[in-house]
Amino acid sequence: MIDALGSVGSLLLVGGTSDIAVATARRYLQERPLRVVLAARDSARRTTVAEELRTAGATVEVVDFDAEDPKSPERMVAEATAGGDVDVAVVAFGQLGEPERLAHDPDAVAALARVNYVAPVVVGTVLAERMRAQGHGVIVALSSVAGERPRASNFVYGSTKSGMDAFYSGLADSLAGTGVSVLVVRPGFVRSKMTEGLPEAPLATTPEAVAEAIVTGVRRGRHTVWVPGAMRWIMSGLRHTPRVLFRRLPI
Amino acid sequence: MALTGWGRTAPTPALVERVRDEADVREVLAEAAAGGPGRGVVPRGLARSYGDAAQNAGGHVLDMTGVDRVLDVDLAAAEVEVEAGISLDRLMDLFVPLGMFVPVTPGTRYVTVGGAIAADIHGKNHHVAGSFSQHVRWLDLLTADGQVRRVSPDSDADLFWATAGGMGLTGVILRARVRMKPIESSQTLVDTDRTPDLDSLMTLLTETDHLYDYSVAWIDCVAKGARMGRSVLTRGRFARRDELPARRQADPLRYSGSVKLSVPDVFPPRLLNIATVSAFNEVWYRKAPKRKRDQLQSIPTFFHPLDGVGAWNRIYGPRGFVQYQVTVPFGHEETMRRVLERIATSGHASFLAVLKRFGEGNPGMLSYPSPGWTLALDIPVVAGLARLLDELDEQVVDVGGRTYLAKDSRVRPEVFERMYPRIDDFRAVRARVDPDGVFTSDLARRLEL
Repeated sequence: MIDALGSVGSLLLVGGTSDIAVATARRYLQERPLRVVLAARDSARRTTVAEELRTAGATVEVVDFDAEDPKSPERMVAEATAGGDVDVAVVAFGQLGEPERLAHDPDAVAALARVNYVAPVVVGTVLAERMRAQGHGVIVALSSVAGERPRASNFVYGSTKSGMDAFYSGLADSLAGTGVSVLVVRPGFVRSKMTEGLPEAPLATTPEAVAEAIVTGVRRGRHTVWVPGAMRWIMSGLRHTPRVLFRRLPI
Repeated sequence: MALTGWGRTAPTPALVERVRDEADVREVLAEAAAGGPGRGVVPRGLARSYGDAAQNAGGHVLDMTGVDRVLDVDLAAAEVEVEAGISLDRLMDLFVPLGMFVPVTPGTRYVTVGGAIAADIHGKNHHVAGSFSQHVRWLDLLTADGQVRRVSPDSDADLFWATAGGMGLTGVILRARVRMKPIESSQTLVDTDRTPDLDSLMTLLTETDHLYDYSVAWIDCVAKGARMGRSVLTRGRFARRDELPARRQADPLRYSGSVKLSVPDVFPPRLLNIATVSAFNEVWYRKAPKRKRDQLQSIPTFFHPLDGVGAWNRIYGPRGFVQYQVTVPFGHEETMRRVLERIATSGHASFLAVLKRFGEGNPGMLSYPSPGWTLALDIPVVAGLARLLDELDEQVVDVGGRTYLAKDSRVRPEVFERMYPRIDDFRAVRARVDPDGVFTSDLARRLEL
């Protein structure tokens, strides 16, 4: 249970090996020991992360999750909650895709849409159902500023984020009064393994900064957070930029 | 319907079922048991626990306040048999005029008998009378298997002492037989002393506490430096009839305990800040007499000063507040001083704190009182409080102290475990009488009880 002062007792990381997920667990562990469920593909990285979080004081459970397997979300949530309620679930998986390939390969587009949109909304549906039954909990969904106004350089990725962002924003409203809430997180460019080798965008941020925003956002009962905070105003500006201008912007 | 405790923090929705008798309780129990694992049911009285003890997210909550009949009165033995949902307020209304006072009362009359047992509450007379459960001859407990078990310190003592202080997690207390305290008048004789600092307060309490039935000190915990711990100590006992002024002797047991006014729910957050609280504490300390003897006070004035104002918890605003209550054993006064000092210098505004000396504890597995000092203070919810209290918990548990479940809304589960060494005995009793875990609460989930 999240206690009176907002301290969290159990954390589920869906896409548990992502840099933001790991940073979030580490940030929570700075405050208190807690139960962490890592939902991810069975990999060496998962084992390393589990070990690392154990050393940092967490009680770690590991469950299998594969974003490309449509049956996976239901199984994953059932296994993750078998050991007790989940207070905070972070939906942190996703792929960036290769823009050049996505421009020509319908299969690649379909695959990215499945991983970045279909899987997150299925996970969100299953998590919401489970949390509604337990009467409490927070779902944290990692969206992106790219979903706010997709741009030419990575619009397929942007469109998937746009869709999942819309889903979680609507889900948040549908859960009013159930004791469950949703926090939609919209980071800008995050220096992480997902963006390794890419040129940095302005206002680039770190997984640690995103983790900090998640922890603070959950504690304060926020519904949307931007990382860094200034992104909110920048994106608001970009949203209203005329198309002729927008598509010529070097972003 | 979203429920909270008195601190108005961490609301969770549950199915609240108002029950009137045993049959109603059984019905809800059956529903809860059928509702699938993990959600279960918890009884709720007048919701004066500060935290999540009477909340049950996604499950059932039994509103017991309608199960409130008086079943038997034995004036000669000063015993009453009552249903669990009856309040101490009602007991006083009914029995003070007959010369009986509740054996133990906390700072509010608005708690039920069931809650008083479940939290094993204490009062200003703990050093001479112990806690509430020690005045319960027996209680009827409806356990998860549908059986009603009459338990007492002599009959299934383990279940009795798991239920006393067990926060409603062993079953539903339906009825209890309570030994009342015979009184000759409804007035108390009170001595008031102002002490300039913590040392003089502790010395005075240690030397003279045993001379009084009731004693408690109100500390200004915003005052720093040499004035740290300045306080007003009030101690007293019930007056005999011949100690009343002549005009009152004709009707010595006259009693009225009504609420005068209620606080509206309009207070902004942070109204109680370090400035407003300091100002209040200053006035309150100055207006107390330096030394006063044998002052006649009514029951509400002496025992329940805050009950004069309904819903006073609203002054903390919508974010709510926590009450931090801890004990430290005798011989560790230094730890108590450090805790107070840390709070005084933290910038967290805390209204008056309450300090009291406990007497012996009882066999209650999760019962709070144990020989030593107990400190209780209210703090509004602000950023940084979680860390401060976690840090204080460490100091307290290191010397064998503990926090009080009826007040708690935030202790760390692994720290709680160290505070209550008999927790595994409690778990064993629960496993015996409720193997499927039908009885549960937000508190039970939070602390993995």
